[in-house]
Amino acid sequence: MIRARIPPAIGILAGVGLLLFLLPLAGLIVRAPWNQALGELTDPTTTTALGLSLFCSLTATAIAMVLGIPIAIVLARTHGTLRNLLRALTTLPMVLPPVVGGVALLLAFGRRGIAGSVLYQVFGLQIPFTTAAAVMAETFVAMPFLVIAVEAGLRSLDHRYEETARALGANQWTVLARVTLPLLRPAIFSGAVLCWARALGEFGATITFAGNFPGRTQTVPIAVYLALETNPDAAITLSLILLVVSLAILVGMRDRWLGAL
Amino acid sequence: MIRRLLVLLAIAAMAACGGNGGIPQATVTVFAASSLKPAFDKIGARLLTTTNIVPTLSYAGTQTLLSQLTQGAPADVFASADVAHMTTAQNAGLLSGQSRIFAHNKLEIAVARGNPKGIRSLADLSRPGLVVVLADPSVPAGKYAAQALKNAGVAVHPASLEQQVTGVLSKIALGEADAGIVYVSDIVTSGQVDGVTIPDAQNVIGDYPIAILSSTQNRAEAETFMNLVLSADGQAILKAAGFEGA
Amino acid sequence: MAGRPVTLEASVRVQHEGFALDAELTVAAGETVAVLGPNGAGKTTLLRALAGLVPMSGRVTLDGEVLDDSAGQVHVPTERRHIGLVFQDHVLFPHLTVLENVAFGLRAQRRRDAGAVARRWLDDAGLGDRASALPRALSGGQAQRVALLRALATEPRLLLLDEPLSSLDVSVRAEVRRELSRQLATFTGVRILVTHDPLEAIALADRLVVLEGGAIVQSGTPDEVTARPRSRFVADLAGVNLLRGQAHGDHIVLSGGASVAAVDAGDGEVFAVVHPRAVALYRTRPDGTPRNVWRGRADSIDLHGERVRVRVKGPVPLVAEVTRAAVRELGLGAGAEVWVVVKATEVSVYPA
Repeated sequence: MIRARIPPAIGILAGVGLLLFLLPLAGLIVRAPWNQALGELTDPTTTTALGLSLFCSLTATAIAMVLGIPIAIVLARTHGTLRNLLRALTTLPMVLPPVVGGVALLLAFGRRGIAGSVLYQVFGLQIPFTTAAAVMAETFVAMPFLVIAVEAGLRSLDHRYEETARALGANQWTVLARVTLPLLRPAIFSGAVLCWARALGEFGATITFAGNFPGRTQTVPIAVYLALETNPDAAITLSLILLVVSLAILVGMRDRWLGAL
Repeated sequence: MIRRLLVLLAIAAMAACGGNGGIPQATVTVFAASSLKPAFDKIGARLLTTTNIVPTLSYAGTQTLLSQLTQGAPADVFASADVAHMTTAQNAGLLSGQSRIFAHNKLEIAVARGNPKGIRSLADLSRPGLVVVLADPSVPAGKYAAQALKNAGVAVHPASLEQQVTGVLSKIALGEADAGIVYVSDIVTSGQVDGVTIPDAQNVIGDYPIAILSSTQNRAEAETFMNLVLSADGQAILKAAGFEGA
Repeated sequence: MAGRPVTLEASVRVQHEGFALDAELTVAAGETVAVLGPNGAGKTTLLRALAGLVPMSGRVTLDGEVLDDSAGQVHVPTERRHIGLVFQDHVLFPHLTVLENVAFGLRAQRRRDAGAVARRWLDDAGLGDRASALPRALSGGQAQRVALLRALATEPRLLLLDEPLSSLDVSVRAEVRRELSRQLATFTGVRILVTHDPLEAIALADRLVVLEGGAIVQSGTPDEVTARPRSRFVADLAGVNLLRGQAHGDHIVLSGGASVAAVDAGDGEVFAVVHPRAVALYRTRPDGTPRNVWRGRADSIDLHGERVRVRVKGPVPLVAEVTRAAVRELGLGAGAEVWVVVKATEVSVYPA
C-alpha cells in the first residue's frame, strides 16, 4: 500500500523508471512464441544448457560459501588500511566488466597463465574450455555478493554473544559453529541467493574463459546469445525461463532477508 | 553569468558546424565478416585518401551481422563470408540490387608459432589430448571447417566453438588452444600463428559476396566503396591479405 | 569446586584510545566486591580485562593460577579461565532455548548430563516451566535471571557481573536483586559486580571499590566508604558535603582561600565532611557561637518530601537541608542572598 503522499514530480520520474524495467519484460512475455514454447523447452539444446547452468551455478554458490564466509570473517575482524585493501580486492569482480574478468582469469589460469602454466606443465592440467572453468568464472563474479552480505551480517552482530560463549568455556570452533554461524544464517542465506542468481546469469567471463561447447560450457546465457542469431524463438524461450527463475528468487526472498544487505 | 554561458554555447555550436568549412561529410557504413578486417581496413584507408568519403567499418561473425541488419541496424554495404547468408539477406529484402562475389578464401589449419605439436594434416586434429578450437557451425568458417573435416573423414572434438573465426585465431595466439581451422587470409595477416596447408581435395572454397543494402542513405558512396573493392587496387589488397581474387 | 576458598589478586593496567586504567584489586572467596563509579570510569574495562577480553598489562592470579602476567608473557584465553560473565541485558543466545542457554557452558565442558543439570538449576529458580521457551518470549527480569543461571551452571571460580540490574524496570529490579542475593549467598567463588547505581552496590556488596577516571580512589565496606568519602562521586552518593584543604590545627584552608573552623583537624592535607542537616541558613548575618559563618547565594532548591535541599554558592559551596516551612518563612528563592552557618563540631575531618 502507498502510505505517505508522493509528490507528483517524484511519481512521474518513478513511473518512467519503472517503465524502463517493465517494458523489456513485457516485450519478452508478449513476443514469446507460446505455441512453440513447449517444444523449445524439451529441445535437447535447451535442456542441456539448463542442466549445465543449474549445475555450474549451484557449484559456484557452494564454493562461494566455503571460501566466502571465511573471507567475510577475516574482513569483519581486520581494521584500517588492510581491511580497506582486502575489501576492495574481494569486491572488484562486482564492478569489473565480466569480459575483463574472463581475460584476467585466462591470464591467471590459462595454459600460459601465471598459475595455469604451472598446473599445465607439472600436472598436465588444463582449465580453460572445461566445465570447471565455467564454474570458476561464475564463482569469480558472484562470490563478492556473498562476501558483502555476510560481512555486513557479522558487523551488525553483537560481539558480546561470542564473548559470552567464550566465557562459558567454548573454544573458537564451538563459538563459530554454535553461536556465530547460526546467528548469521539470514545474512548467509540472502548472500547465497544473490550469489546464485548472479552466477546463473553470468556470460562475459564464462564465454571468454571457458569458451562455448554444448553440454560442457554452454550455459543458458551463452545459449541465448547464440540462438538469437540462428533460432530466435529458442532464444526467447530460454530467456523467459531464466526470467521466471530470477523472478521466483526475488519474490521468494522477503524484505527482512534482503535487509541483511 | 548568463551572457558568458551564451557566448560559450555559440562558440561550441560554431565549432560543431565548422571543421571543414561547412561541407557535409560523405560517409559509408560497411558491415563486413571478421575475416575481412585486415583487407578492408586497408581498402577503407585507400578510400579516405583517394576520395572524401569517410568509411565506418563494422566487423563481426557473418551471422551476427545478418542478425543485426534484420533487426534494423543502419548500414550501406554488406560483405558476407558466404553466399548462404547473403541469400538470406536477399530473401528478406535487405539488398538493393544484386550481390557480387569479390573474393574467395580457402581454409588452413592454424597452429602456435613453431608448430610445437607437429601438426601436419587434418587427420592430426583428432589426436587425443590436443586442444582444438573451431568456429561455431553457424559461422561460415565453422560451416566450411565442418565440411572440410567431413571431406577428410576426420572426427574432431573441439574444446570450444567460437562466435567468429578471429576468436579461433586469438585462442591459438594466446596459447590456450593447440590448433584450429581458419581462413588462409587469417594466417597471412596474423603474424602470430603458423599455418598448415589443407590439400585442395579436402579444402573448401568460400565465396565472399558484397552488396548494397536497400536501406542505404548513401547510395553513391556505397557504390564507390563496392567498386573500389572490385577494382584492381582492391583486388590487389585482398590478394596480399591471402584471399583469392574474384 | 564447592567449598574450596579462592582468591583473586589483580593488578590491571589498560591503555586504550586515550583512556588509561590502573587498578589493583584483591578479592577473597565468598566476598562480593562492587566496583562503583561514574560512567566512563573504567569499570567495564576492568571487568573485561579480568575476563581476558581486552589486552592488559599487569598480573592477574586466580586461585593461585596465573591468568595474566605481562612480564612473563602469560595470557590464559577467556575460554580457559572458568569464569562466569553476566551482562546488563542478558545476552542470551536468541537461537537457543532457555534450557540450551543454561546448558551451553556445560556442553562446552562436554558434560553428558548437561541438560539434566541445566534443568535442575532452572527448576530451583522457579523457571523450569520456561525451559523450552526462546529468549524473546521471556520478560526482562526472567531473561536476566536465566543469564545468571547460565553463568552459575558451570560453577565458575570467578563471577563477573556487569551492571546486572541497570537495564531492568525499577519494579522488576528488586525481585531480580533478591534472586541475585540468594544465588550469591550460596556461590563459593569470587564475585565482582560492576555498577554505577549505589543502591545496587550497597545492597549486594560486602566491599565497595570506588573507581574514578581509571583509578581506585576508595575502598572499604559501604559504611566505611560513605562515612569518609574521598571524592565528589562518593560524597554525592552519601549525600554529604565534601571539602578538601590544608588543616592547621583548628581550621582548614580551602583551595579558594576560605577558612573553615574545625575541631582537632590535625595538620596536612585533609577532607572535611559536613552533613547538609548541619548547615543552617540565615537571611541576615547572625550573632552566635558558630565560627563558620559565610555569605552565599542560594543557587538551586530541591524538594525531598518535607525536607528541602538548598544548594548555596559562595566561598564555601555547600548544600543545606532545611524544612519546607523554613524556606517559606525565610522567603528563600533561587538567587537569594543567605548567610551559611556550620558549627565547628559538625565538621568531620580525616586525612586525605
